Order: sequence, then structure tokens, then C-alpha cells
Amino acid sequence: MPNARFRDLLAAEWMKLWSLRSTPWAFAVGAVAALGVNLNATLADYRNYPHYSDGIKELFVPIWAMRDAFTLGGAMVFVLATGSIGALMIVGEYGTGQIRTTFAAVPARRSVVAAKTLVLAAVMLVYGVLVAGVSFAATQAVLDGRGVGMAFGDEGVARAVAASALLAPVCALAGFGFGALLRHTATTIVSLTGALLLLPALMDERNRWGATFLHVLPQGAWQRLTQVGVSPVPVDYPWTAGGAWTVYATWTAGAVAVAFAAVHRRDV
Amino acid sequence: MIEVHELTKRYGRRRRGPSRLAGPAARLAVDRLTFSVRPGRVTGFLGPNGAGKSTTLRLILGLGEPTSGTATVGGRRFRELPRGLRDVGALLDAHDVHGGRTAEAHLAALARTNGIPRRRVGEVLEEVGLAGAAERRIGGYSLGMKQRLGIAAALLGDPPVLLFDEPVNGLDPEGVLWARGLFRRLAAEGRTVFVSSHLMGEMEHTADDLVVIGRGRLIAAESGAAFAARGTRRSVTVRTVDPAASRGLADALEAEGATVRREAGASEAEGATVRAREELLRVTGTDAERVGLLAHRLGVPLAELTARASSLEEAFMELTADSVEYR
Repeated sequence: MPNARFRDLLAAEWMKLWSLRSTPWAFAVGAVAALGVNLNATLADYRNYPHYSDGIKELFVPIWAMRDAFTLGGAMVFVLATGSIGALMIVGEYGTGQIRTTFAAVPARRSVVAAKTLVLAAVMLVYGVLVAGVSFAATQAVLDGRGVGMAFGDEGVARAVAASALLAPVCALAGFGFGALLRHTATTIVSLTGALLLLPALMDERNRWGATFLHVLPQGAWQRLTQVGVSPVPVDYPWTAGGAWTVYATWTAGAVAVAFAAVHRRDV
Repeated sequence: MIEVHELTKRYGRRRRGPSRLAGPAARLAVDRLTFSVRPGRVTGFLGPNGAGKSTTLRLILGLGEPTSGTATVGGRRFRELPRGLRDVGALLDAHDVHGGRTAEAHLAALARTNGIPRRRVGEVLEEVGLAGAAERRIGGYSLGMKQRLGIAAALLGDPPVLLFDEPVNGLDPEGVLWARGLFRRLAAEGRTVFVSSHLMGEMEHTADDLVVIGRGRLIAAESGAAFAARGTRRSVTVRTVDPAASRGLADALEAEGATVRREAGASEAEGATVRAREELLRVTGTDAERVGLLAHRLGVPLAELTARASSLEEAFMELTADSVEYR
């Protein structure tokens, strides 16, 4: 059948994503908010730097400089924005009934899910690279004014930028998986926020279970990957960067697998 | 050609053992339906609300998985097709669209999934009369406009089989006429056209064949003429102005073996100040000539004597009376 080309499904999903007015707004607001939080923290450090004690100044590069590039607050905003966009890519169809129109046009549901996840992952990868790259460049440019900015070539920087960039597709696909499973907009967004943002905030890293739980969540993995230098405070339950990358990969694969299974099997 | 064989859909869990503890009762939405829909004709799909029409259409389109039985289009299960629009065009529910997109964007994305050229979008929008609203967001459309958009989407792939679920809901009278004309034209072009409705009158002038269901079961699958013939026999309506005489006439008719239903009523004669007590008799099992002769012999003055042919509507009401679920 010459008309069943997968790239047409990719093109259609691309068209569907950008033909919603909310899409560019969601991307813009997410980027501005995340960058705003990071820049705000950086400007505070820039202003206060002359008054910092020698102990802090000694550790400022790389620990504090890196934390300014990628603050936890900025990451949380970014997680919420990308996760929601990912969720809406599928919940938007279930919630409106559009999904029936979609599947009546393309009975091969797995192909639809594959096209959606690929378009989402690609767009989010570009978005993540842009936001993480701009955040790093802008914050370090400000800190350069005090002579404490870092360069991309410095140790641990490439990994931190990559981990922050990849946070976008990982969380977007997690949102997509939640959406495919739950199919209701409000339920999905609440569950997603609970799992990705609330849960890590409730975990105590000094407790074995708390640490384990935090480590298997995207936010915990991201914190591990953006960590540079030697921690100024003792870490009770240390873990490797490799482990953190595995958490990223597992969430991505798991979310996509859940989406494929849930969408293929159930009535719409 | 649509073929449905022993199609069954059960919602909820099957009861096991002592039923009180087994959770909500399973509901048979579609119960061993078997029928086929032929090309070149408009086939009406009728049944009261909740009869299982929409469920059946969803099963044909592979949107739901049948509990048992099969539904095929052109000999294949719909879900086995990689793309659907060139094989089956469907309007299931006009609301099944994302309100945030424009009609044009919605149809363009839909067309792209099936490798349908972009120019078809303009063509179908023109055909359903939405060309002027193509760049407005669907969320602001009226129900009638959404129905037209759904019909446009169904036509996109120029398919040999078309399914429409209650397509004229929300259409204005002009729109209803247009839709009927469209269905007839699509059938005349040799396509299979399957149109559901809960109103028999809707189908009377459109459908060649009928599939009638009630509570998920097949009641009839035959031509419209054959279906009407199965329904109510010919009846005679007799209106009198004298209740006593009317009673005498009714007794005499019943003595001759006819069935009489009495409906008392009152109406105001034009210009008259006195309200006449009226009696309406609905007589079956005889004919108007016989009723007239009998009235003459008994000296009963008649205000009206009408012979009525049974309509599809009556046949439908009579045959589905036992299977109406929601009154």
C-alpha cells in the first residue's frame, strides 16, 4: 500500500502539534520561567559576591557557578512545562474525542504512538538543548563579570548541560506515558506533578529509602548529573553518574512502553 | 460492503457465582448481530436510543474490540488496515475533534496521515459548505457546522464505504435536505452508505435498505418496503360527534371481528361557539368501505372517515416497542 508512509504520520503529528495556539505559548512560558529563575539566582550571586566569605569564594567554581546555571527551581519549572506539553500531546486527543477520529483514519495505532513519541522527543531535544545552552551561556556570562564564570570545556560542564537538555525529552515522554495511561487531563497533570515534582520534594536524602526513591526519579538523576566537584557536605548515599543516566533511559523506555501497550489494547 | 457476523460487545464484568458480590452487572450492548450492508444503496441503521447503534459502528471501525463475532469492511477487519480514510469514511460523533484547531488545520493533518493530497481539504470544505469558515477554530463552531466538518472528513479519502452516526442532528432543515441528497448521490456513485438514526422518519425518504436493532439485537434487515409491510396493517380512522352512536358503531365493528381503539377528544368547530364532544375510533382489521356501510346502516353521522396506509414510522414503533430502554 503506497499511501501508508510513516513519514506522513510524522508530518501530521508535527502539523497537529503546531496548529494549536497553546503550543508555542507553553514552550515560550516554560523557557522564560526556567531561564528567569536561573538568571535571578545568578544576578543575586553577582551582586553579593564581594561580600561572600573566602570559604564560599573558594568553592564558587565549580559548585556554585554550576548551581546558578541550573538551579533546582529552574529545573522544576522546566519539568512541569515539558511534562505537561508531553501529556497534552496525547490527553488532548483523548479528552476531546479527537482520538477516535485519529484512529478511524489510522487504524494502526502503534504507528500513531510511534509518530507522536518521535515528534515529541525530537522537538523536546531541540528545546532542551536551546534552554540548557542559553541558561549556561547567559548565567556564566554574568558571572564572568566577577571572573567566576565557567566555560563549556570545564570538567563536568558538558555532562551537566546534556543532562539538563535531556530532562526535557525524558519528562515530556514521562508525561506522554502518564497521559496515555490515564487519559483524563486533570488526573494526568495532577499525577504527573505528584510523581515528578512533589515526590522528590518529600524525600529525605539522608534516609536510605528516601535516597533510593529520589535516585529513581528524573529529578534525582538530574541533580546527580549536574553535580560537579566535591560536595561541600557529606553525601550519605552516593551513586554514580552511570546510574543516573540509567534512570533517564529507564523512564524514557518505560513511558514509551506503557503508552504503546495502553493505546493499542484499549477501546476508545 | 460491510459484513457483521454474530457481533457481540459486552461492557463490564461477567457475573460469576453469587451475583450480589460480583460487582456491577455486565451489559450486553450488542448481542450477536448479523447483517450486511450492500454497495450502491443507502442503508438506514435504526433503533431507539441506547439500542447499540453507535457501539456497532465503533466495532466496525475497530475503535472497540468485539467480545465475540466479527465485523469486516470489504472482507477485512478494519484494524488490519494500515490507513483507513481511503477505505472507510466515517462520522461517528461531530464532537470528536480538537476544538483548538481550525477546520483547515484539522483536515490537513488528517489528510496527511493517509497521504491524501492537500487540495482535497479545500475540495471537501467547499463540498460541505464550510469554505468560508475554514480558518476559524472548530471550538467556535455550532453543532451543525461540526456535523458538516465531520462529513467533510469522511469524504476526504474518496472512500467506497461511508458510515454516518446520526449525521443530521443539529443540521437546519436546509442542511438535512442537503445531507439526504449527498447520501443518495454517494450511493448512486456505487458506494456503500450506512446511516444511523433513532428517528424512522429520517430514513423514510433516504434509505433503500434498513437494519433495525433494539437492545443490541437485530429486529430486521431488509428493504424499506418489506419492513413497512411487516408493521401495522392498514387502519381506518373514524371521527364521530355523538359518543353514544360512536359506541354503537364500535360494538358493531367488533362484532364483525375488527379491532377498535377509542380515543376521546374535543375540538372547536370553526366559527362555532359550542364545543362538540368528539370520538375518534382507530379501526384495524377491516376497510373504510365496510366501516362506511355499517355507519350508514346504524344511522351514525360521521365527521371523518380516513383509510391510512401503514408508514415506516409505525412499523418501527411497533417493532421496537419491546426494546425501548430509556423512556
